[in-house]
Amino acid sequence: MRLEVRTNVPLWAQGLAPVLAIFISLVLCSLLIIWAGKPVLESYALLVNGALGSSFALSETLTRATPLIFTGLAAAIAFKAKLWNIGGEGQLYVGAVVATVLGSGLVTLHPVLMIPFLVISGALAAGILLLIPTLLKNYLRVDEVVVTLLLNFIVLLFVNYLLEGPIQDPMSMGWPQGRPIIDEGQLMPIMERARLHLGFILALVAAIGCWVFMKFTLWGYEIRSVGLNPQAAKFSGINIHRTLIITALLSGGMAGIAGVSEVAGLKGYLTLDMSPGFGYAGIAVAMLAMLHPLGVIASAIFFAGIYVGADSMSQGMGIPSYIADVMVAVSILMVLISMLLVRYRIIRG
Amino acid sequence: MDYISIFLEVGFWVATLRIATSLIFGTLGELVCERAGVLNLGIEGIMTLGAMGGWMWVYMGGGLWSAVLFVAFLGAMAGLVHSGFTVYLGLSQHVTGIALTMFASSISYFAFRMMLPDVTTPPKIDAFNNYAVPLLSDIPVVGEILFIQSPLTYLSLLMVAVVIYIMYKTPFGLAMRMVGENPIAAEAQGINVHLVRTISVMMGSSLMAIGGAFLTISAFDAFFFGMINGRGWICVALVIFASWEPKKALFGALLFAGIDAYQVRLQQVSGIDIPYQFFLMAPYVLSIIALTLLARKAVYPKALLIPFRRGERH
Repeated sequence: MRLEVRTNVPLWAQGLAPVLAIFISLVLCSLLIIWAGKPVLESYALLVNGALGSSFALSETLTRATPLIFTGLAAAIAFKAKLWNIGGEGQLYVGAVVATVLGSGLVTLHPVLMIPFLVISGALAAGILLLIPTLLKNYLRVDEVVVTLLLNFIVLLFVNYLLEGPIQDPMSMGWPQGRPIIDEGQLMPIMERARLHLGFILALVAAIGCWVFMKFTLWGYEIRSVGLNPQAAKFSGINIHRTLIITALLSGGMAGIAGVSEVAGLKGYLTLDMSPGFGYAGIAVAMLAMLHPLGVIASAIFFAGIYVGADSMSQGMGIPSYIADVMVAVSILMVLISMLLVRYRIIRG
Repeated sequence: MDYISIFLEVGFWVATLRIATSLIFGTLGELVCERAGVLNLGIEGIMTLGAMGGWMWVYMGGGLWSAVLFVAFLGAMAGLVHSGFTVYLGLSQHVTGIALTMFASSISYFAFRMMLPDVTTPPKIDAFNNYAVPLLSDIPVVGEILFIQSPLTYLSLLMVAVVIYIMYKTPFGLAMRMVGENPIAAEAQGINVHLVRTISVMMGSSLMAIGGAFLTISAFDAFFFGMINGRGWICVALVIFASWEPKKALFGALLFAGIDAYQVRLQQVSGIDIPYQFFLMAPYVLSIIALTLLARKAVYPKALLIPFRRGERH
């Protein structure tokens, strides 16, 4: 078999491809529901209902989408430059730690200043974390994939240490949880009787900001050029090292804000199980969005819906909730194929 | 106990070999994939799949050795998926690998929960017992260290020799190295690049899966969530450390396992007042340091990460 480039692909086909990919993923994952011996359509109905069925369900989905938008942006920006940042999970926790250290009484400002202060500090610290593998890649040619992956484990152990000592809440009775964020630093709720908080608005703003940055600024153009063809970019005078550093700060920063937003918006304090793999799921979010910052919003909400819906499906039907992770993984694979089929046709022989 | 006397303990050396076993399998597996030109980041998930699959096979009443075969088959199937995406369709090896890791781990957890819905403490199985090699194990010290080990540890050492033999002494090994270096030249020789890569990825993935299974059917006797805990990623680092040579992979895995075994014992040395988390970080930090020191000299297989499309020039 071989692949042949398609010449004219209409826009509707490009838009339809990921939708079709998702549909096929759902069909494939229904095999798991059949394995569990449950009715497929009813189970999926429960899933949709759990994710979108009421204004509370919807608010839960948007709450879950908030960190996914940030980690999705982190992956989308880095992957655009072909900087393989798989360290979103670690960067998220660094953001959360910084928010806890600064936001639990060390600094007290008016909320109007306090919230931006926490967000920027968290983003900066997480950006600096991603700077380590990026500089190693730039100057010593160290593969960033492995380093970012390994850093996730190092950060998690470090957070574990901090939560059992320096930043442990004295009121937690020995439980490994961080000191609570003071009221001035809390991202306020934006919906009554729901957990949806200011972080969601921040995520939307961030997505629009990233889109403008990537599309309309010189730096954004440079990031895209380096990803498309580093040799050509270099030849046209783009400083690749500097571009990757900017990419790292922005990408790591986004993942860091995910942590700030979870700690200061949703939970109020840091725990070791705060993120059930938001950093990794961000990769799926970015892929489904085809690395487009605005697409990240829709794709994050979609995956959040799967997570939230799968929870209620697993409660209602007794299907293990790990099915959500399977769905996310299968959708990345299907979206990859759909993106290929938009550009190429497969010819036998 | 102090810093030096740890090295004098037989227990330390026995533990080193035990810890090295899953790393040897995993590193060899990744090495085989990469020498054929395919980065397999599915390793972490494939090891999880192996750990769960092997354990479940024995728990359901299967034998230990048939569990190893079963797990090798599971690994090969995962490898087939990876190669379908990256070799035949030429899709991003990074993204496919990460997705495969997510898929293989979550399907393992799902399957575990499906089959054992209500358990809170992981049930146990009768795992491999250490096998004392007759006569040789009677040698003082050396015998105790080398010849009273899990059968899978012996198998891992045997696999190093097998991989070296296949890679350097057989026509298939030559083809495998060639498609990883220069697929166009390989094709000109009449080699089916896609097929050789696929077989290599499947073989490599089988080894990874056995490395995962070692943990549940030999080192421990139960399956835990998150038990691979980055071992797969460490293997990816070890391949670079070993500059894609199986011999050096064995050395790297042993060195690394030695440091890990040392760190566990160092925690008990009195007078050291460092939180235990920092000891646990050691393997990950060391992997990064090893990568950093060797990256400049690393000579990657030339066609690594580059999909081969017939009739296209690169």
